[in-house]
Amino acid sequence: MTNLQNFSKGFFKENAVFVLLLGMCPTLGVTSSAINGLGMGLATTFVLIMSNMVISLVSNQIPDKVKIPSFIVIIASFVTIVDLVMAGYVPALHAQLGVFIPLIVVNCIVLGRAEAFASKNKILPSIIDGAGMGLGFAMALTLLGSVRELLGSGKVFGITLFNETYGMLIFVLAPGAFLALGYLIAIINRLRKA
Amino acid sequence: MEYILIIISAIFVNNVVLAQFLGICPFLGVSKKISTAVGMTGAVTFVMILATIVTYLIQKYVLDAFGIGFMQTITFILIIAALVQLVEIILKKVSPPLYQALGVFLPLITTNCAILGVAIMTIQKDYDLLEAVVFSGSTAIGFGLALVLFAGIREHLDLIDLPKGMKGTPAALVVAGLLAMAFMGFSGIV
Repeated sequence: MTNLQNFSKGFFKENAVFVLLLGMCPTLGVTSSAINGLGMGLATTFVLIMSNMVISLVSNQIPDKVKIPSFIVIIASFVTIVDLVMAGYVPALHAQLGVFIPLIVVNCIVLGRAEAFASKNKILPSIIDGAGMGLGFAMALTLLGSVRELLGSGKVFGITLFNETYGMLIFVLAPGAFLALGYLIAIINRLRKA
Repeated sequence: MEYILIIISAIFVNNVVLAQFLGICPFLGVSKKISTAVGMTGAVTFVMILATIVTYLIQKYVLDAFGIGFMQTITFILIIAALVQLVEIILKKVSPPLYQALGVFLPLITTNCAILGVAIMTIQKDYDLLEAVVFSGSTAIGFGLALVLFAGIREHLDLIDLPKGMKGTPAALVVAGLLAMAFMGFSGIV
């Protein structure tokens, strides 16, 4: 597999959200606006790249019995870094994302890539894999966030496209997350088959 | 009165799955049959209450006492992982029938974000120990309620003739959306 294929698989063929259906909690929980989705996606991307890098470096030294716990500790360390950095530099976004930032640690994508890819590959492919998967996740979250923000309040990234009074508020609220994601996956399923 | 407020709010108004989006993986994963949904609920309730008590005590007497609050995420996830292992080992020895019922679900719980989420929220909301227990217990009941209702609907979903792309997860997500809409009706009561 070339580096380019390795990078691009996270966007379409193995997109974490739309195809593998992993990491559903942050996907549904933070996408009430496009900017929240993008912020969450980038935070996860950082954790994925860093944890993939470290795990590909040390996985030969770790005995099999404590493999998963050690991976979790490595991932949790990077999540803590992201948490503290975001609290310091983007406090508004940090408050919006709330409990979902520490919850990156139980995001199946991160541990899944560590176990399935980084522990078996060299450092460069692991970094590329983490970046591709992470940015694919960020893309999915931004798309879902944009759709919900547009249908709910007529805006995308805070730019008004049509009057807010025509918006369907339900899409910004909890049920809209399920509905929007359900129909998006249905559309993507249809496109993939065609 | 405070406790009643916590219970109603955690089960109906701020339902952990349908309003807060925690524990979506088991919600979508083990909701194909009512019996597995009930088993999962049992395991989650057990671990959630236990994990909340332990993490609460650790936060109070270790992390806060030594001023190392930034270690919260790392400590909590390790405690939960260790606790799940421990529960599995003890259950296997003490109560084989219970282990048979809950055993398969236990390993899945480590990565159930509802457990870690509730542990962190308990600290953020500044509850005392009894409130924490009530909160985690009722959150688990709310999880079970949503899961069992959803499983009941999903058992019938297979019989419906749907367009090809909608089959499976998309249809399940739309149903979950309708269920979430129904739960929004509770939002005025607290």
